[in-house]
This record gives sequence, structure tokens and C-alpha cells, in this order.
Amino acid sequence: MAVLTEFDETVEDTQKGKFLTFTIGKETYGFEIKYVTEIIGIQEITEVPELPIYVKGIINLRGKIIPVMDVRLRFKKEPREYNDRTCIVVIDIHDISIGLIVDHVAEVVVIPPENIVPPPAIKTGFHNRYIKGIGKVGNEVKLLLDCNKLLNDEEINTLSNAVE
Amino acid sequence: MSNDGISKEPMLEMYLFEGNLLVEQLEEIIIKCEKDKKFEMGDINEIFRIMHTIKGSSAMMMFNQIGLLAHSLEDLFFFIRANQNIEIDFVGLSDLVLSGIDFIKAEMNKIEKGSGADALADELIGEIKTMLEQMKISYEGQNAAPATLANSTPDGQKALYYISSYQNPSAEKATKYCVQAFFEDDCQMENIRAYMLVNNLQEIVIEIHHIPADIIDNAASADIIRETGFTICFSTLAPYGEIESILNQVAFVRKMEINQVDDYPAEFKVLQSRREIILDEIPQEYQQTLTETVETGSTNNRQQNIISVSVAKLDMLMDIVGEIVISEAMVTKNPDLVGLQLEGFSKAARQLRKLTDELQDIVMSIRMVPVSMVFHKMNRIVRDMSKRLAKEVNLEIIGETTEVDKNIIDHLSDPLMHLIRNAMDHGLESKEDRITAGKPSQGKITLEAKNAGGDVLIIVRDDGRGLNRDKILNKARQRGLVHKPESELTDKEVFAYIMLAGFSTNEQVTEFSGRGVGMDVVAKNIEKIGGSITIESNFGKGTEIFVKIPLTLAIIDGIEVGVGKSRYTIPTISIRESFRSDDQEIISDGDGNDMIMIRGQCYPVLRLHRMFKIKNAVTTISDGMMVMIETDSKAACLFVDRLVGEQQVVVKALPKYLKKVQGIAGCTILGDGGISLILDANGILEGQLA
Repeated sequence: MAVLTEFDETVEDTQKGKFLTFTIGKETYGFEIKYVTEIIGIQEITEVPELPIYVKGIINLRGKIIPVMDVRLRFKKEPREYNDRTCIVVIDIHDISIGLIVDHVAEVVVIPPENIVPPPAIKTGFHNRYIKGIGKVGNEVKLLLDCNKLLNDEEINTLSNAVE
Repeated sequence: MSNDGISKEPMLEMYLFEGNLLVEQLEEIIIKCEKDKKFEMGDINEIFRIMHTIKGSSAMMMFNQIGLLAHSLEDLFFFIRANQNIEIDFVGLSDLVLSGIDFIKAEMNKIEKGSGADALADELIGEIKTMLEQMKISYEGQNAAPATLANSTPDGQKALYYISSYQNPSAEKATKYCVQAFFEDDCQMENIRAYMLVNNLQEIVIEIHHIPADIIDNAASADIIRETGFTICFSTLAPYGEIESILNQVAFVRKMEINQVDDYPAEFKVLQSRREIILDEIPQEYQQTLTETVETGSTNNRQQNIISVSVAKLDMLMDIVGEIVISEAMVTKNPDLVGLQLEGFSKAARQLRKLTDELQDIVMSIRMVPVSMVFHKMNRIVRDMSKRLAKEVNLEIIGETTEVDKNIIDHLSDPLMHLIRNAMDHGLESKEDRITAGKPSQGKITLEAKNAGGDVLIIVRDDGRGLNRDKILNKARQRGLVHKPESELTDKEVFAYIMLAGFSTNEQVTEFSGRGVGMDVVAKNIEKIGGSITIESNFGKGTEIFVKIPLTLAIIDGIEVGVGKSRYTIPTISIRESFRSDDQEIISDGDGNDMIMIRGQCYPVLRLHRMFKIKNAVTTISDGMMVMIETDSKAACLFVDRLVGEQQVVVKALPKYLKKVQGIAGCTILGDGGISLILDANGILEGQLA
């Protein structure tokens, strides 16, 4: 699959084709496990002014300060109270550590490349643009996220301007 | 670079570090010598030693051009050293050596950036050779033997033996040793490593002989060493332990036998007699030099209890210490302990606190480095500029041992360079003008550093023409920068105009300055490290520029305030006072802007909860606190819920992912593991009151 070939060279064998899946509302999402450094429970978040609404603030991860993003809000879904199933998935991508707040973490699944199809060409949903593929596991469908797009988006600039 | 399989990284780093240090030392010596118009014996030895080290390590790292250049400079100074009374063209020599230094610096820079050292030093080496030739020709007295000794020994005599160094009467009293060393099988460059052995020993021995002899110039000697080992015989007054430790410094030695002997083995004896004949030819001065080398060598030994550590490691250490301090607070102030009477525990906790405090202090002090390195760089600038501008300038350096955090030092060099250039170019008058003005023809620039409270003050002072207040004011008026009645402007405010972008009173653009960039860049750079600049000047008498910089960027004193659930830290330096107020004192202008009158002055009131959109904050003025913050030019009252306390905090940057937020300088981790945002008074005042 064209989408994945770029990663094939760098991914270690044990991590190849493995995806961490989590749920937000009814849908199950997944991203490549190589980005994930750890999963922690929800903890106290310090708010920082002038940030886009989906960046909740910063947390102290054993002395390291990292920003946290609510994926629910990122996808323009209704906010929900955090509970004991709410998790922060800490990912490390291009030297940026960031925590993603998700409803709950499901499992790690292996999805072979032949079971991944590109998303439909017509973008219907708002958050489709963050999805780089759709993985089939049994009868279920996992939406595979593009971490890069999730973090880096022109939107951040426009939104933070709007806040001012 | 060679591909001999040994990891080059740590060695390369060491090479660069050492090389840069040596080159800077060299530059300093050369400039000093040029100023004094003479080369002291010690200086020549020092230059010789530096060149020698650079040559050796460059050859080892396979940077041949640097090695060759160093070698030719070494030859040059060998000649000077051997012929003390020779006439030297100081200016030419200094220029030559300095351009050599520049070459080495440029190459090292390239290596540091990852590209190979590729420039050719041929031209420079040629110039050096010509100079050496000229010196030799002009030196017609005595005999040429000592001069050629350096070159001819290795080349001319393909002897199996080489007795380097010094014969000394006290040799008889010394203990004789015979050392046989074998290097690890595939360590490569055995001859260089053997040379390092000999070189290390040089400093303590009276005489030294080794087999094979021509280790540096004859690559084939590596094979001999590989097969039969490397044998050194030497006599020394140093104790066995010292010898052993020196010998053990050399890497890749597989096996080493150190034997104390009564007499040298036969093959060394043969040579000893032969060599004595040659030694007879060496003039008296040369002998002296050599003994002096021994002395300087021993002083260098003392410096070895300093080690160099990478800054990244120090940063890591500091982070960890910061975390220890926090975890200590988490343990000793744990909510689970509330209400318990634990005498033993509190005693132990107090002890822990004391130790962590000490640890933190020490880690902070490790990062402090003297400003001397940066200050001495200025010598070179003054020298080069005084030549090109034809102004005689004396640079005086005061308080170079003042220490500043490493992070700040790194940002200090460029601004200082600008200031010195300005002083040279605009500040000091030409020689003629100075004499007409009744000043000594030689200009004077003083560079001074001193501690002033929690800050370091750096002063750049010149005795030149000073700033022309009227001219600056005129220019400012033309550009529409004057917003106050002119009579109210203080000198300081007027002089501050020159720090604005594009403001230059110099009519002519010169090689060094006049384009109006400069002072504004200096001011920006200084601000970036949390410092400030003020200028004082006396027209016709000189200018003084005061640069105030904080001791460290990493730890600041702050007052912690609470707003709603959030906590913020305001740096203590930007707080003037804090007080309670009530609603009646607040004046509203109808546009939602609040003001407050304090001692006849009106200040804007900024409600932090409004600025940062914080929920559940106190909104009634009488229930909260006012904190007056100020910067150089502006002041305002911040309205917060409560003051929590004063403390020293370790500044951490906000994650890169977040865009810069106006009014927030960074964040810090509190004792309970929570995060407090550090407010930036400058940012707040500029953002809100613009």
C-alpha cells in the first residue's frame, strides 16, 4: 500500500503493522504504535491562555512539561466530562511530545497492509482529513489517523488568532 | 577522516574543544606579545607547545592541513626560540600567526558543523616558510645549526635512535626506567600513540630515549612497534606512581612493563655517546629554553583537576536536581502525613531538605563560567580594527573573573563585539583630533564586569568624543520619535534613541558600522537574555554603556499568585509593590478600561482573569490583591485573587508545540507537582497597553 511504504524502512519489525486503538464516541481510531511512548490516566491540567480550544493546556509528566490535546474537541465533537476511563496517550512525533486525551484506550491490533484501504475520495465528515487509511479487523473498521496532520495544521494559527 | 573503525565522536568532540581552547590561548598570547613588542621566553614556549599539541592531535584526527600549518608555525617558533636575539618583524609575524589562527578556527568550525576540513593551507604555509627563510637569512651570526636542527634531525638522519630532549647534570641522581609498551592489535597509528607516550613523559623526565626513534615522521615505525613493542628508557626524579599514572593516560595500551634499571640497555648507550656530540652544538640559550619548558610543563600539570563536561549533560543534571527538589517536597509535605507526630521523620526530612538545597546550589554553580573568555576575544577585534582605522587603542579589561551562567555567556559575545566596534569606530577620535582635544594620542577602551546584587554589570567605557545629544535629538525629531516635550527628556532617554532600529547618526557608512543596524540588535540580544542597556555619555569626554544581565536564566525569584484554580509566578524584579484596594478607588473610563490613582499617579488596572479568561476568579476588587508590575518605561497594576508566597523557581520553557503566548515567559513546576505559568511583565505591558 502506497500509504505505508514510506514507513516500512524505519519501523522496527516488532512494531510493524501494529496499531493502538482507542474510542471516541462510537468510532474506533488507531495510530501506529511507534509514535506512542506511554499511556497515563487523566491528571491535573494547567490551562494556558490564548490556545485553540482543543489544546487543553499543559501537564507535568515527571518533570517534563508537555501539552495535551483533547481529540474529541479536535474532531469538533461535543465535550464530555473526563472520568476514570479517560486516558492521555503520550505520543512522540518529530521531537514533539504531546498528550492526546481520548475516551478510552481499546487494544493493540495488528493490521496487515493488505487490510488497509485509503479513505473514500469524497470527504464527507469534518475530521476525514486526519484519516490516512481505513483498517479492517474482522468485521470491524478502524480509522487510522495521520499523526502529522493531527498536530500540525494551519487551523492552529487561524484558531489562535480567533481567540485573540 | 580516517575510517579505522574507532568511534571518532567522543575523540572528535575532545579535539574540537581542546583545539578551540588552544587557539584562543594562542591568539591571546600573540596579541599580548605584539602589544609588548617582544616575545618573552615563556610566551614562545607556550606558543610552541600549543602549536605542537595542535599538530599532534590534528595529525591523529587526520586533519592534515591543520597539522601541516601547525607544523610550519612550530618550525617558525622553533627558530625564534633557538635564536633569541634575532630581530623579528612583529607586525608581520603576528599577522601571519593570526591568519594561521583564523584558518584553523575556520576549519574547526567546518568540522564542528559536520563538513570536512577541506581548505588548503598551502598558501599560508608558503608564507610562513618564506618568513622563516627571511629570518634565517637575516640571522647571519653564529651558525645555522640550531635553526636547522628541527628539520634535519628527523629527515637527515635516518637513525634508529633519537634522543629528544635534555641532558642535565642532575641526571645522575635520577632513577632510570625502562618501559616496554605493546599496543592493542588493531588500534592503528601506533607511532602516533607511541609519540603521545613520549610526549606525556616529556614533562617529568630529565632525558628520554626510545626505539624506534623516528616515530612521527616515519610511518613504517608503526609496523616495528606493532611487532616488537615500543621501548622507552628515561631517567626522572618523579616518583614511580606519577610515572605510572602518566603512562596509563595513553589509550589502547595492551601491555606495559615498567622496570627500574641501573643502566640503559646496550643499544641505547651506543647512541647516547653519539648524540652528545650533536648536543654540544646547541647554543647556550637553547639549553635554557629546554629547562624552561620543563618548568612550564609542570605548571600545566596542575590544571588537570579540571574536566570538561558537555552542557547537555549539565542540563540533564539540572533537570534531575529540579525533580529531586520537587519529589522531596512531595514526600515531606505529603497530605498523608497531616496530623501525625513523627519526630524521627521530620528530623530526617530536614536533613534531606538541607542536602537537596546544597545539591541545587552546587549544580547551579557548575554552570557558572567566568567572562574572561568572551572578554579576551575583544582583544583581537581591537587589534584588527586599530590597524585598519589607524587609531591607537589600549583595551583594559577589569573583573574578568566575574562569573555568569553558561547560557548567558553564549549570548554575550555578539553584543559586546558590536559595542566594542562602535566604541572604536564612532567613539574614539582619530589620532590628530585627540591631540587637538588635548587627550593622549592613544585611545582607551575599558571593558569591566562586576557583580551588582543579583545581576552582573558589564561596562564598556571609551574616552572618545562622546555622544552628541543635540544631533541625536535632531535625528529623533526628524523621524518623529519624540513624544515628550524636549525639555523633559533626560540624557538617558535621549541616548536610548540610538538603540532603535535604523537609527544611525554616522553620516558615512564604514566597513564596520554606520548602517543603523547595530545598537538595536545589541539591545534586542541583551533583552533576549533578560538584560537591559543604559548609556551615559559626556560630550567630548567619552561614553559609558552599562549592560545589566542576570546571573542566570535558569532560576528566578518570583512571587506566586493565584487566580481561580490557576497559579502564576511573577518575577520579583518586575514587581514594585502589592496592596489591597477596593472598588471605590477604581476609576472606569467607560470603555471598560480601569485605572487606579496611587500617590498622585494614575496606573491602568489589568485584571488577570479577564486577560487570560480564567473561570471562577475573584471579581470584587476588595476581595483580591493588586500587584504593581513595572518595566523600564511602563507600569500597571495586575489584579489577582491572592498572593501565595515568594519562592525561587526553576524556569522551564513552554512546549515548542504551543505558539508563543503574549505575556507568558515560561512555566515552572511547583512543590506539589503542579505547574505555574511565569508571567512576563514586558509582554503583558506591551500587549495590553499598546
